Amino acid sequence: MDALMTWLEARLADNSIFTLQTLGYYGEGLVTTVQLVFLSLIIGLVLAVPLAIGRGSTYRWVSLPIFLYCYVFRGTPLLVQLYLIYYGVVFVEGIQETWLWVILEEPFVPALIAFTLNTAAYTTEIFRGAIKSTDRGEIEAARAYGMSKGLMLRRIVLPSAFRRALPAYGNEVIFMLHASAIASVVTIMDLTGAARFVYARFYAPFDAFLFVAAIYLCLTFAILYLFRYLERRLLAHLKPASG
Amino acid sequence: MADTPIPLEVRNITKRFGDTEVLKGLSLKAHKGDVITLIGASGSGKSTFLRCMNLLEQPNEGDLIVHGEQIRFKETKHGREPADWKQVVRMRAKLSMVFQGFNLWAHMTLLENIIEAPVHVLGKPKQEAIAHARELLERVGLAERADYYPAQMSGGQQQRGAIARALAMDPEVMLFDEPTSALDPELVGDVLKVMRDLAKEGRTMIVVTHEMAFARDVSTQVIYLHQGQVEEAGPPDEVLGNPRSERLKQFLAPKH
Amino acid sequence: MIDLHGYGPRLFEGAMITIQLGVLSLALAIVLGLLTASAKMSRSWVAHRIGTLYTTIIRGVPDLVLMMLLFFGGQIGINQITDALYNHFGIDIFINVNEFVAGVLTIGLIFGAYMGETFRGAFLAVDSGQIEAGRAYGMNQWLVFRRIRFPQMMRHAIPGLSNNWMVLLKTTALVSVIGLSDMVRVAAEASKATREPFTFMIIVAAIYLLIASVSEWGFARLQKRYNVGYREAD
Repeated sequence: MDALMTWLEARLADNSIFTLQTLGYYGEGLVTTVQLVFLSLIIGLVLAVPLAIGRGSTYRWVSLPIFLYCYVFRGTPLLVQLYLIYYGVVFVEGIQETWLWVILEEPFVPALIAFTLNTAAYTTEIFRGAIKSTDRGEIEAARAYGMSKGLMLRRIVLPSAFRRALPAYGNEVIFMLHASAIASVVTIMDLTGAARFVYARFYAPFDAFLFVAAIYLCLTFAILYLFRYLERRLLAHLKPASG
Repeated sequence: MADTPIPLEVRNITKRFGDTEVLKGLSLKAHKGDVITLIGASGSGKSTFLRCMNLLEQPNEGDLIVHGEQIRFKETKHGREPADWKQVVRMRAKLSMVFQGFNLWAHMTLLENIIEAPVHVLGKPKQEAIAHARELLERVGLAERADYYPAQMSGGQQQRGAIARALAMDPEVMLFDEPTSALDPELVGDVLKVMRDLAKEGRTMIVVTHEMAFARDVSTQVIYLHQGQVEEAGPPDEVLGNPRSERLKQFLAPKH
Repeated sequence: MIDLHGYGPRLFEGAMITIQLGVLSLALAIVLGLLTASAKMSRSWVAHRIGTLYTTIIRGVPDLVLMMLLFFGGQIGINQITDALYNHFGIDIFINVNEFVAGVLTIGLIFGAYMGETFRGAFLAVDSGQIEAGRAYGMNQWLVFRRIRFPQMMRHAIPGLSNNWMVLLKTTALVSVIGLSDMVRVAAEASKATREPFTFMIIVAAIYLLIASVSEWGFARLQKRYNVGYREAD
């Protein structure tokens, strides 16, 4: 580790912008971005499954609110949602005196809420589409073999819908990674936040933003390959046998 | 034998889609070992009749008695519905269906397809279900296809796999809905052979089919439907060998 | 009525900026998209590579980062050029990168990449027999493009176009970050000043939904026009 550090230091010796300190900012930014994106995706995913099922309910008092939620959150910019929740929390009367403020003072939490609600809306629609496109014959077979509605959902409809949703969900993950850049607007030091800081400090936009763009590009490719791998494994059943 | 209940009895089934009545009071009694074939032109209601037997379609009127147990219905604002879905689930587990389009679950291997309902609906131990499934695959000639996904098999293989899936339920009655209609001609033979073997070993079967040779050789009873009514019914020699109505004669005449 | 604390007119101006920004970026994106699609379908190896590089980079980097790069970097880049002009040729000009222009350029550039994919798919969907028939009747390449490929391609492109426009519209909100007074920025300022974030943000959200609904209706009509001669899709 020490050897690596000395090596890095030597590399960076004649570079006035990318010092160990600024690289440290980027490193912390990377951690924040990954945390923010990963947490919101996980929570959003958990929310989206029941929402997608409810979205297809024959009871309008169940399906209509979910439809409206998805419509509003997919139809308006994430930035507006972020502002709404960020300022909404900050300006609630007296909130600064309560214990909640300890958590909410950090912009991380409002941002996490906004991102989660946003990705949950998109993911709900993705799952909804996948559930709707379940083969009718397969559902009929499940009914004919005595499966109850719950069992059918758990064993037949959801497992096949999740697989079919995989490519679209991969896009949503990449979309979320890119969308998370606006976290820097509410003073979060994510990757973009670090880049903005470095830009402001050295007035070097090309260095600051090209470097962060390269990191995002690498992350995007990593996600892309992860999902390609998952698709190969989980969607193998849809392809004819090779050979 | 007299004290064992009849596997399936259907009385006076009617079914309407909107204003058109597609089944006009059909009845049928399947004793143990019976092979009943339903024949008729498309639109005669034969598939709908079969689908009413396990309530994939809800009949508007009529009774269903499965293994001596009468299915209870209730009137709702959407029409007549089963009163107790648990009873329906129990009844469906006794009648297993083989579909025209196979309808194997695409995200499961063939073996997983076969053990799915025995394990999760009947509550059979998994190891036992797997052992049984392997025997059945052997019988339908697909032992080496156990770990294939449906999309990786030919239509004939899929249908034989679907028959193994149906057998895994140890059903009282097997319902076949045009099992060979979606197959290429050269694949029909293998599937029919499996079905003939099943008939020979005394399975109770109700078969909707266009395969007249199968109906003649295998069935104990042939029912010819026309516009939702029974036009002729009886042993195959009688119905197919000596048709009385002009319509059935025309239906059986070789097509050019 | 809702009390807007005098922010009403500015909010309206902001909405106008959002719409203008959206429409101009869309126009630029369509032009760039057509160019990209041609480059990617071209037989030239270089054009193909450039097209692929452009779409890959744009789709791999967040919009906001690209916007900051072009806006902050663009000013410095232009300054360097004008400085060089002054030093070497004595030409003294000063070009200030205006936020609006920077916004149109970045959003157009970003969505040009997405449009490129849409148009490429749509061009490939056109039956090659139709093009052959055009050639057989002595049309030159440009005429075939203008009279046959383009109109037929549009039918396939409109769903993707409509989709891209909806995303583009939402992306315009990002220009508020680089200082352009679109409706999101006005609403953010008003929220801070009046401490009533819900009032302003919900109004802005409603305007976005309204624009989206109107455009959806517009695209449906457009689709109908280009569908002439085809059976209605089932």
